[in-house]
Amino acid sequence: MSATSVTVPRTLADALRMLADSPEAAVLAGGTDLMVEFNAGHLRATEVVVVNRIGELCSWQHNPDLGTLHIGAGVTYSEIEQSPIAGWVPALAQAARTVGSPQIRHAATIGGNVATCSPAGDGLPVLSALEAQVHLASASGERTLPFADFMIGPKRTALQPGELITGVTVPVFSGWQGYSKVGVRNAMVIAVASASLVVAPRDVRLALGSVGPVILRCEEAEALIAAEADFEARRVSAPVVERFAELARSAARPIDDHRSTAEYRRHAVGVLAGRLLRRAFPNE
Amino acid sequence: MSSELYRLHVNGVTREVRDAWVGESLLFVLRERLGLMGSKGACEQGECGSCSVLIDDELLCSCLVLAAGAVGQAIVTIEGVAPVGAPNDVQQAFVDCGAVQCGFCTPGLIMAAHALLERSSAPSEMEIREELSGNICRCTGYGRIIEAVQRVAVARRAVSEGDA
Repeated sequence: MSATSVTVPRTLADALRMLADSPEAAVLAGGTDLMVEFNAGHLRATEVVVVNRIGELCSWQHNPDLGTLHIGAGVTYSEIEQSPIAGWVPALAQAARTVGSPQIRHAATIGGNVATCSPAGDGLPVLSALEAQVHLASASGERTLPFADFMIGPKRTALQPGELITGVTVPVFSGWQGYSKVGVRNAMVIAVASASLVVAPRDVRLALGSVGPVILRCEEAEALIAAEADFEARRVSAPVVERFAELARSAARPIDDHRSTAEYRRHAVGVLAGRLLRRAFPNE
Repeated sequence: MSSELYRLHVNGVTREVRDAWVGESLLFVLRERLGLMGSKGACEQGECGSCSVLIDDELLCSCLVLAAGAVGQAIVTIEGVAPVGAPNDVQQAFVDCGAVQCGFCTPGLIMAAHALLERSSAPSEMEIREELSGNICRCTGYGRIIEAVQRVAVARRAVSEGDA
């Protein structure tokens, strides 16, 4: 790597000023994605702005009146997998717990996961299912985008030069929610297929990861459950579960790569969707 | 190469890093600039855990830490866990249990085991497996490593109960 300057701002204002002066600077948070690229010589940067020691970004705010949780971009996955965040957004905590290893989760931040925006990013299906808002800031102002508008392709986002992800806001629901993924090990694995199911008061949201260029929402599968499930009794029939899994399989747009085949991914994501639905609605 | 100078706090000592690229990983700086060869480099992508160190008491892969970004933080490497020639209880248990074969993964595993045992006095086997899940060993099959961690936990509890 041929970096010529590393700066470690301690305030958001300082970070935004540095990015305004050097919009092409590499932004380094936990380092679990970017340092790999640096170490391998795949990415060269002349300036690095380190953003994981900015107090404003390393905190969260729960607002019970609004029913929302704001999570700063610098909050790590080891914080998200624990109380109190795990109690507010259990699906996000489940996803956090599957990220890498303890070493990785101590470093990796939710802002970094959103910035890298890999279709296999573990937090992303949950943010999609929760319809999270992504907050961006630059020296000239702030804006907020729905996650679905932020992720525009594999590792492609709506982030502009000079902009920094400051955090995400998610709703805090009392209903069931979960995340599940398939990989070759229980630890240290990148998802071959993943899914998150969130039960909002009167409907469900299903988001699929690693089976398309972006995180995919399954509106047909969601509409099926809104029409067919008994939300009070947490009841859904076996044929509806099978139909739900089938709709998830058909919504998937997987590819063959070194991690899996498209055919296996399509099969696996259907299994995950059906399994999550049965956990949310355990009664037949 | 620029003539940058920065200071890192490693094992309780302030060390100057001179003539380094400021983009170097902490693992590279520890080994190549500061002569601390205990942390091992293998995957350089956070997969193997053999470069594990503590930074402000958190277990991290030093290959994924930008060295110049760690200024002002307390870094502890395997060399800082116990004096050379006087192994601590975790290191001795690894020896006694036969948890060391080729030894390449051992420094990282000692750091992970040390971090776990500082936090939890009676870890379950599941907790031990979870805490060590980011450290790959291709020799031992892990059984003796887990046994070593359990042995330290039991011995430390016996000592603290004896004190009570």
